[in-house]
Amino acid sequence: MNNKFNFSSKFKIANSLSLLLFILSILFIFFKGLNYGIDFKGGTLIELRSDNTDASTIRTLLNNMDLGDVNVKKFGQEGDYLIKVEQKEDDNNKIIPKIKKNLSDNLIAEVNFRRVENVGPKVSSELLQSGIIAISLSLAAMLFYIWIRFEWQFSIGSIIALFHDVVITLGIFSVLSLEINLSIIAAALTIVGYSMNDTVVIYDRIRENLNKYNRLNISEIADLSINDTLARTIITSATTLLALLSIFILGGEILRGFSFAMILGVVIGTYSSIFVASPMLKFFKVTYKTLEKEEEKIVP
Amino acid sequence: MLNFSKINTLIIYFIFFFIAFFSSLNFQNNENLLIDKKINLGLDLQGGSYLLLEINSDTLVQEKIQDKIIPIKKLLKKNDINFSNFKINNQSLTVLIDDIEKFDTYFYSRKENLVNPYIDNYRSYELTYKKKSNKEIEILFSKFGLLTINNAALKQSIEIVRRRIDDVGTKEPTILQRGEKRILIELPGLKDPERIKELLGKTAQLNFRLVSENNEFGTDELISENGEKLNVSKRIIMSGENLIDAQPNINNQNNQPTVSFTLDRLGAQKFGRATTDNVGKRLAIVLDGKIVSAPSINEPINSGSGMISGNFSFQEVTDLALLLRSGALPTPLIIVEERTVGPDLGEDSIKSGTISLIVGFILVILFMLYKYKIFGLIANTALIANLLMLIGILTILESTLTLPGIAGIILTVGMAVDANVLIFERIKEELKTEKSIIHAFDTGYTKAKITVLDANITTLIAAIILFAFGSGPVKGFAITLGIGIITTLFTAYFLARHLTSIIVLNSKNKEIKI
Repeated sequence: MNNKFNFSSKFKIANSLSLLLFILSILFIFFKGLNYGIDFKGGTLIELRSDNTDASTIRTLLNNMDLGDVNVKKFGQEGDYLIKVEQKEDDNNKIIPKIKKNLSDNLIAEVNFRRVENVGPKVSSELLQSGIIAISLSLAAMLFYIWIRFEWQFSIGSIIALFHDVVITLGIFSVLSLEINLSIIAAALTIVGYSMNDTVVIYDRIRENLNKYNRLNISEIADLSINDTLARTIITSATTLLALLSIFILGGEILRGFSFAMILGVVIGTYSSIFVASPMLKFFKVTYKTLEKEEEKIVP
Repeated sequence: MLNFSKINTLIIYFIFFFIAFFSSLNFQNNENLLIDKKINLGLDLQGGSYLLLEINSDTLVQEKIQDKIIPIKKLLKKNDINFSNFKINNQSLTVLIDDIEKFDTYFYSRKENLVNPYIDNYRSYELTYKKKSNKEIEILFSKFGLLTINNAALKQSIEIVRRRIDDVGTKEPTILQRGEKRILIELPGLKDPERIKELLGKTAQLNFRLVSENNEFGTDELISENGEKLNVSKRIIMSGENLIDAQPNINNQNNQPTVSFTLDRLGAQKFGRATTDNVGKRLAIVLDGKIVSAPSINEPINSGSGMISGNFSFQEVTDLALLLRSGALPTPLIIVEERTVGPDLGEDSIKSGTISLIVGFILVILFMLYKYKIFGLIANTALIANLLMLIGILTILESTLTLPGIAGIILTVGMAVDANVLIFERIKEELKTEKSIIHAFDTGYTKAKITVLDANITTLIAAIILFAFGSGPVKGFAITLGIGIITTLFTAYFLARHLTSIIVLNSKNKEIKI
């Protein structure tokens, strides 16, 4: 990368865009809500394979059973269907054999029940709780790690970038009504790790350049550092995206949500380490003196 | 950074080959080998059922507090403490007493206290009491008393669950305690868990009680198998605990499926005495609060064996015999989570997982070759070594590979090259200013080191937290991601650096392009 981009001149536009997307995401998450899967909402999921039928036939059969809210849709390849039954007050466990029997008896072709999952209300709320704890804890751990390795301005800057990534990813999931399940939590945590990784690489370089060129202001330093590491940022994002695209396209239906969340996360995370994490240092008025002060503190 | 002593080189390659060797164990039939280690496939890949059960000890606590009534009354009487208004609540007892201080000394005495024993492990008494008013106290189980009841019930439940599942004969079941109230069951290869669920859904508390003619005090009104309302005495003649065997049978006379049972000595004595004393009366066989049958006692039964008949199908008597053999559960079990994956979905998942792994791997390798030429080759060698080591460590740990675990491996492939990219890009920069090529490579490695460490530690933190809080398949993802980071650091900083040093040192400072 010989030709340098003037990133800092785009910071204002990028930050306004980020802020807009962030607010929109929050609005969507609050008002439209997230589409929780049975892992977090409780309920029953049945994946089946059967020829010569369609979603509406299955839906009609199930609607006669008084199961409450039933959702039937095609899933993956031809002949595969996914049924979701909401959590009822009494035990969903007992309805599984009834549903199976009803479908086996009434569908024309043989029915192959490929997957049956049932999550009770207690477990689902625990799973949701531990998911939220895990994400908050990882954010806190990152904050702490960066605070130890750098200065607090870097720490806050990187956390704001992470928050930005996770919220916008969830916002997109809300807009598209994509399901949030356990693997999405795993994806969100990986995004946190990946985005942090990206931010740290740039921050490392900013710190190095601050020490090297103390005549330059933070915008110039940020620009220089982003350009220095730009080749690496692009290549690593590219290889990670290649691997993720491979999972997304070939990895089957179950991994699709996960890999989609990861792809979004990698793109947003790469963007945020350049356009969110770096301007934050300018916002906090970081100069080479910020680093010196820290050193004085350690060696009085 | 480019100088490796012979001993260091030896150690690096020894570690690599040692760990990579284990990955080969997965691709052969290693029954004859000394080291029998393999990566296990998770239920989502090999198919099977996962059940999470929860015990509900409320009724048990209720029973246990009722068992305390007589001992407490005795304690009060023996020590001349006047009491009145003894009441039984849901999980506690309330009573009015005149001298609470006196009660306190006897209630909390360490010596031979059979009413309220001191639990050494917890340094606490089994029971505790609260003053409700001047005279009224409420007696209930202490926190640790409840814990003891709960733990005992859970341990016993696990034992009985294990017996029932073993009796059905599924292959390699896993039965584990999860937390304070739950039992986790994994049944690999099981297509339909309905039968197991049915067997675990019954507590199977069996008892034999006399049917009384009138509804006098101390009877329960139960409905028999043919809809008849019967008053059954609360007194239990004999319970399922006294059973030593139960087998399904076909009755010779009427071809009805029955369960024949054998009693232990104590049970045979009790049963003999009761049947001798009550010839002509009816005996109710009560299972989980329902009458299975209520035959008349024609003659004393002293043989210590008997038969239960009712309106059973053969499947039902087989299950009943199994339940009676394995014993009663102390509390009902509730299924709070259930996940079953059919074998063909598992196969499909393995197939698509493997394909996407291979494709992702090839794409990354080609990209690196295109980008870095000869050094791309080094990065790719490191990547392959990385994968072998990752699989090797998973084998050593005998960990379980799940579908998200495979996703973790693929992600590692994509992210593992990052370490080498960081280093190569740094070297490129150094080459611009540095005249000596060897020196440029050396400083490149040194300067990139901190960044590589920082960058990977952040991902490692995420993986560790995911491992600690994730459940089931997500844990599998966290394991592969976490181990992947460690093998990445090793292969980038030792293997790839050594390979790079060979090329650079042999180039004799000629032009090298990265």
